[in-house]
Amino acid sequence: MDLDYAQASAFYEQMLLIRRFEEQSGRLYMAGKIRGFLHLYIGQEAVAVGAISALRGDDYIITHYRDHGHALARGMHPNVVMAELLGKATGSSGGKGGSMHLFDVSKGLMGGHAIVGAHLPIAVGLALSAKYKGEDRIAVCFFGDGAVNQGEFHEALNMASLWDLPVLFFLENNLYGMGTHVEKAHAGGRDIFHGADAYRMPALQVDGMDIVDVREGTMKAVERIRSQGGPVLIEAMTYRFVGHSVQDPEAYRDSAEVDEYRARDPVVTFRDRCIEQGLISEEQAGLIEDSVKDAVAEATRFAEESQEPSPESLYDNVIDVSSAG
Amino acid sequence: MAEINLRDAVSMGLREALDGDERVFIIGEDIGEFKGPYAVTNGFLEEYGPRRVIDSPISEAAMVGAGIGSALGGLRPVIEIMTINFMLLAMDQVVNHAAKLRYMSNGQIKVPMVIRTVTGGGGQLGATHSQSLEVWFATVPGLTVVAPSDPFDALGLLRSSIEEDDPVLFAEHALLYRVKGEVPDQPYKVPLGLAKVKRHGTDITLVAYSRMVHVALEAAEVLAGRGVDAEVVDLRTLRPLDRETVVNSARKTGKAVVVEEFWRTGGLAAEVASTIQEEAFDHLDGPVGRVGGVEVPAPYNGTLEAAALPNAERVAKYIEDLYGI
Repeated sequence: MDLDYAQASAFYEQMLLIRRFEEQSGRLYMAGKIRGFLHLYIGQEAVAVGAISALRGDDYIITHYRDHGHALARGMHPNVVMAELLGKATGSSGGKGGSMHLFDVSKGLMGGHAIVGAHLPIAVGLALSAKYKGEDRIAVCFFGDGAVNQGEFHEALNMASLWDLPVLFFLENNLYGMGTHVEKAHAGGRDIFHGADAYRMPALQVDGMDIVDVREGTMKAVERIRSQGGPVLIEAMTYRFVGHSVQDPEAYRDSAEVDEYRARDPVVTFRDRCIEQGLISEEQAGLIEDSVKDAVAEATRFAEESQEPSPESLYDNVIDVSSAG
Repeated sequence: MAEINLRDAVSMGLREALDGDERVFIIGEDIGEFKGPYAVTNGFLEEYGPRRVIDSPISEAAMVGAGIGSALGGLRPVIEIMTINFMLLAMDQVVNHAAKLRYMSNGQIKVPMVIRTVTGGGGQLGATHSQSLEVWFATVPGLTVVAPSDPFDALGLLRSSIEEDDPVLFAEHALLYRVKGEVPDQPYKVPLGLAKVKRHGTDITLVAYSRMVHVALEAAEVLAGRGVDAEVVDLRTLRPLDRETVVNSARKTGKAVVVEEFWRTGGLAAEVASTIQEEAFDHLDGPVGRVGGVEVPAPYNGTLEAAALPNAERVAKYIEDLYGI
């Protein structure tokens, strides 16, 4: 692995933070403190951390509803993310967005979006604005294999390629759109990246369980977009270890399949490789683990102790309430 | 003062916006080389170039999505959707995204986008091309919906719409493009959310918007022949609704009929009528009436189509039956 200590420890810390944060979110959901839908990113950590590590701070990121991992990888504070999950006033959207709608515009995170495939055209528009203004920032759009069967996927790929826009379409193929296997949903089969050919768009596939492969593939794609313009599609083959949402009995898949992927756990395997190659010592890994544990505990404390949104905030940030109410 | 038609008023408003603000650009189907399906953008491509006048593939969802994304990126897009019937393909982008992003992000982002589209029936275009679906959009918090009836309002409202920081749906009636009217030379704007009394009267209030304002004005002439002095209120903006102007007029006249092209069931007239009976009940001489489109898909045949739409005679007859005047 072509990483130095600082990178290796940062990546391990970020992936582990996502893992532990999600585990804690699951517990808080079961305790009734997080309500609504909760979609955990457990198993896919290498994708968000690897991809986002290859971006610049001014690049746009727009993502799907399984968005906690991207938010944390982009540097959103775990406290404000957790507070949003608990619906508190201190959350990133003051408790009005929830788990599926995390935004931090100061970091270029233009939202988790909860209608499958609908944010792909929005990514096209973000890229259009960058090109229009002569900026060399790009828009990175994370979406799942389920989104590929929506019309907007095809509209967005076509438009981005036709107009030569700086978009990185980042497909996280975790093999299931809710409970439907990709082979039962997509006529082109599981290797979806080939579909980009129809739009004359360069595409590559990476191992989504390996942060280094994700990072290197993303760097290549980003370099091409910045130097030559025009979109690229990356397909990261990944897997979620837990259900679609917290309340998913997972009747649609074999536990053997889950075990097979768990054996390739992106967080554990990366830790092992770092130690094996002498990038991080056992002791350093232990310190990271302690610090992540503290961060998640602190996020939980912060969220639980935060105030509920004020009743008046119901009306904030929407037009025309006074006349149309 | 110059007399121009409504098409020219809209063209003028768009040119001013393109001239005055580098962030404004237009995306639409056949707006450039074809010179605009309704010729509103005739000559724009030659004058402003393909960077600011963008011919789009037939992808309504992606056009609106790209508009949203570019607005998030700091631009002020004007999206032309050829007719409001095609807005259904973009309904998710408008309702789930444009209208909600400001609220869900707790004000971190806004969507300063104008969607111009062509509405209404009466052109023998058949059931899929003759609807008045702006009413549906007018039920959605987070959107402003505008429908001018004359060139003065079209220009003044377009100026306000383009300066608005939240999304505006701007619905131009296909049969009003040739309507002429005086437009002052000096700059003016028509504020969003403000109705206008187009004809002052004392005996009955007729409320309408877009082409039905002309029907209401004609009906008022028929009523005048019977010695009934009608007041005609042009809503101009469907959301936010100017309840005050409507209610004040109804309190004064004691009678009110709302005329619209949309089907009666669940139409805007239902909302207006309900508001009047809630807020002017003690001043009313009888029930608040509604004249709307007949509850059928628009037929192609001209005689049948005419029978499905309100006209002055039908409105006058309805008033005679309802109030005996």
